[in-house]
Amino acid sequence: MSFLAGHSAEPSSPLSSRPEHRPGSPLAVHGLTVAYNKKPVLWDVEWDAPEGRLIAIVGPNGAGKSTLVKACLGLVPVVSGQVAFFGSSLRRSRRLVGYVPQRGSVDWDFPVSALEVVTMGRYGMLGWCRPVTRRHREAALACLDQVGMADYAGRQISQLSGGQQQRVFLARALAQEAQLYFMDEPFAGVDAATERAIVDVLKRLKENGRTVIVVHHDLQTVRDYFDEVLLLNMRVVAAGPVDEVFTIENLRKTYGARLALLEQASSALADLARVS
Amino acid sequence: MPITLASFLQIDLPAMLAALLATVSCGLLGNFLVLRRQSLMGDAISHAVLPGIVLAFLFWGSRATWPMFFGAACAGVLAAVIIELVRRLGRLDSGTAMGVVFSVFFAGGVVLMEQAAAHAVDLDADCVLYGQLEDILWLAPTGLASLLEPAVWADMPREVTTLALTLAVVSAVVLLFYKELKLTSFDPELATTLGFPAGLFNVLLMVLVAAVAVAAFEAVGSILVIAMFICPAAAARLFTDRLGRQIWLSLGFAVVAALGGYLLAASAPLWAGVPSALAASGMIAVVAGALLGVAVLFAPRYGALARAMRLGELAEARERAAAEPLATNLSNR
Repeated sequence: MSFLAGHSAEPSSPLSSRPEHRPGSPLAVHGLTVAYNKKPVLWDVEWDAPEGRLIAIVGPNGAGKSTLVKACLGLVPVVSGQVAFFGSSLRRSRRLVGYVPQRGSVDWDFPVSALEVVTMGRYGMLGWCRPVTRRHREAALACLDQVGMADYAGRQISQLSGGQQQRVFLARALAQEAQLYFMDEPFAGVDAATERAIVDVLKRLKENGRTVIVVHHDLQTVRDYFDEVLLLNMRVVAAGPVDEVFTIENLRKTYGARLALLEQASSALADLARVS
Repeated sequence: MPITLASFLQIDLPAMLAALLATVSCGLLGNFLVLRRQSLMGDAISHAVLPGIVLAFLFWGSRATWPMFFGAACAGVLAAVIIELVRRLGRLDSGTAMGVVFSVFFAGGVVLMEQAAAHAVDLDADCVLYGQLEDILWLAPTGLASLLEPAVWADMPREVTTLALTLAVVSAVVLLFYKELKLTSFDPELATTLGFPAGLFNVLLMVLVAAVAVAAFEAVGSILVIAMFICPAAAARLFTDRLGRQIWLSLGFAVVAALGGYLLAASAPLWAGVPSALAASGMIAVVAGALLGVAVLFAPRYGALARAMRLGELAEARERAAAEPLATNLSNR
């Protein structure tokens, strides 16, 4: 295997034929390996996301959490491996997949209003060269309302607080009307009101049978917010229902080698010990 | 020289048209360059195409549009590839890679141009570097009545028709792909996951920038093109928080810069007392820069003056708030 390859990330053949993968699973990852500058970031990741659940991806800094999401979405080159969405390729299932990037990934000084940003979530269903119609603008406004931001529709986005900006991103994802969502650290640095709003949206998405995969850094809230967890540190350490997989032993395996992060993990472990 | 109608139609009108079309084309694309923080890329491309233009000129021996465009396109693509190679192999950041490659390309172009001059062919450095608006002549019209004849319009100078065609293409692309350009400029990752490949639009934008740089270099020169890419868009950004309004405003600023710059240059003997007219292309860039300066100082919300006034008001309010309890304390005693 050559790390120089760096070929296109467009996931190839569907995996439904492989016995170890459930056919039609919202996300099936097989043998995914990703490297930056010849250093592996993800190594042979094998994972099936169960449908209709809220799933946290947890692991120390540099564990490859965001990279896993980006590799699935074809945003970073992969060395090897395959990714399938609902048993088919990303190209064929784009309309089914929604994405909330990290808040810091865009320039908030860009001259657009909150509503315009949310409307961008509709661009995929609009198709090439078609202008935004009133119907789509109204749908976008309804999504802003769902996250409690309808009053800020006309605001230029730099005039919103960090939490409000995150809610705009969330509304944009809702506007995509996808079946599977990827959210990259939506809880990072937000206020309590926004955290509640995000949790509400997650619950509503689950009630509607959607699958949500969230890159999450706060070990304390994993049990409260999520059904499933994927413990990641370059490789998959463990994956499954939170009750079975989110154990002290598995967390030690995930964070163990990272001394600097042990403290963060240990406070969560203390929490766990208190609960059990 | 007294200004007659015929001299206006033959000398001033074509030059003003060329300046107008060039600045509006640059201004339109500049909006996306500035928002993507790629202003330097416009600079890099407009310089890097020089050796291609000179080589095409040496090879074909004329300033015909298509060979020059072809040469410029080759040089532009080659520069982009080398920038990427330098960045990867040299492990340099993209700004450094761009700076190195475009200045080397430009230097190569200057060396080649000296060769061209030695062969006594008609391509001089001043024209390429600073543009020759004053040389764009439309000899056909003799009066207003002659403007109704098709033959007169068919004689429109090549520079003007090339620029008109470029502007038409650029406007059509921006109108057609407005939504896609907006999305890929704001959030390239989301755009890519939605099926609008951000990389493709980056290439499209660079190709358009190269096309405009080539078409405009004869009118305003390859150095001054960069002022027109950045100034109108950057000034417009300070006046509004809406992309659509920003683009319209930037086009307005481009028109003001082109016409204002040309008229100021042409009328210099009147107001500056200098014996001859000033360089029009230089004056256009100066006006564009002055517009940006005015915007930076006096824009209603983001201008330095407005900011300073807001700060002053805040400080005053704070002082009053601080003084009040003191006053009540004193009166209570």
